[in-house]
Amino acid sequence: MRSIEDLLEELPFTKALSPEHRALIASCGQNRAFRAGEYVFRTGEPADWFFLIRKGRVALEVYGPTRGALTVETVGEGDVLGWSWLFEPYVYSFDARVVRDTRVIAFDGACLRGKADADHELGYQLMRGMARVFTDRLEATRMQLLDVYGDHASS
Amino acid sequence: MPAAEPDSCALTPRAATVRRVWQETHDSWSLELEDPGAPGASPGQFNMLYAFGVGEIPISFSGDLAEITRPVHTVRAVGAVSRALCALTPGSSLGVRGPFGAGWPLEAARGGDLVALAGGIGLAPLRPLLYAALAQREAFRRVVLLYGARAPEELLYPAELDAWRADHELEVFVTVDAATSNWHGDVGVVTNLISKANLDPDTLTAYTCGPEIMMTFCARRLVAAGVPESSVHVSLERNMKCAVGWCGRCQLGSQFVCRDGPVLPFAQAAPLMAVREL
Repeated sequence: MRSIEDLLEELPFTKALSPEHRALIASCGQNRAFRAGEYVFRTGEPADWFFLIRKGRVALEVYGPTRGALTVETVGEGDVLGWSWLFEPYVYSFDARVVRDTRVIAFDGACLRGKADADHELGYQLMRGMARVFTDRLEATRMQLLDVYGDHASS
Repeated sequence: MPAAEPDSCALTPRAATVRRVWQETHDSWSLELEDPGAPGASPGQFNMLYAFGVGEIPISFSGDLAEITRPVHTVRAVGAVSRALCALTPGSSLGVRGPFGAGWPLEAARGGDLVALAGGIGLAPLRPLLYAALAQREAFRRVVLLYGARAPEELLYPAELDAWRADHELEVFVTVDAATSNWHGDVGVVTNLISKANLDPDTLTAYTCGPEIMMTFCARRLVAAGVPESSVHVSLERNMKCAVGWCGRCQLGSQFVCRDGPVLPFAQAAPLMAVREL
């Protein structure tokens, strides 16, 4: 069976980290599996975990009383799931519903924060990686807001 | 040297008949025409379709061009002319001019990966390219379609997407901007699919069609991933009237979109697309 460190070497979010840093964060991680239909987390729950998806697909949903569950994004193999572990009050702001059977590496958020506080170079590298995720998702959200496929033509 | 004047016959519509009409989405219909006078056409080219008494608009071919005398056009009903075209019934007459314009340079992908990036109704002009690629499948390594739409019910040709997925000749990645929990596919913008598809930037030729903002983001993402600008092609849309580079309405810098386009290399189109109100 492959170690967490080996798996981190292949995942886009962690492969650029040094072997020492991968070993440090691997000590906060564990393999977990979720079945389709299960929730990885729900809105309002304590954001104790951060996930890197190895396989599968997870839908990030918002529930509206009159509209039901609306999927705003799906994440899959190689993607980051959850960033609420980084910032107070450490509470998830979406539901994460498993669409396809999913395997993840789940990191204890408090453990990761502790490692980053103790080793600022690791903290910087983690924040750089998260900033990349934030900017990609922000760009995608802006495109969604533009509603580019909407009815803007007239001929 | 002055440019040669276009053939004035190109301005005269020929009569065609609607053979079949079917609804694709809540606002889009496909029309199969009987057009016995049709000359050959290439994927990415367009016809000018004339709804008598209403007006004429450019509509790309969306069917298999092997049957050129029975061309298929997919039309989104968004204005007076397109609504009139979508309201046509089998047996109705309409005027047709064309084909016009520069199509997709399929040969550019020969020996490498062919990647089509479609947004919304933009899948329609790319479908003939996919048919042509599948007809000579051995000429390409991977043939990949990345397709984004607003919502699951707004996806064009859903049965065909499933069939393509099933026969494995064409890799299909589909995403929608938003969905309810009944949808089990990807949700997010089409640019997200570029990384999911694990493309090889060194060997691919990309063909993108959709809203201009979507094409710009796709092209930028591809270029950032290492794809040369010259390997990315976009299909532009402007207000076309004559379709032969005569009237100048679709002029974009030194290009006439109707004649020199609608398909242009991104390297050539990008500076023009960046100019406001051009």
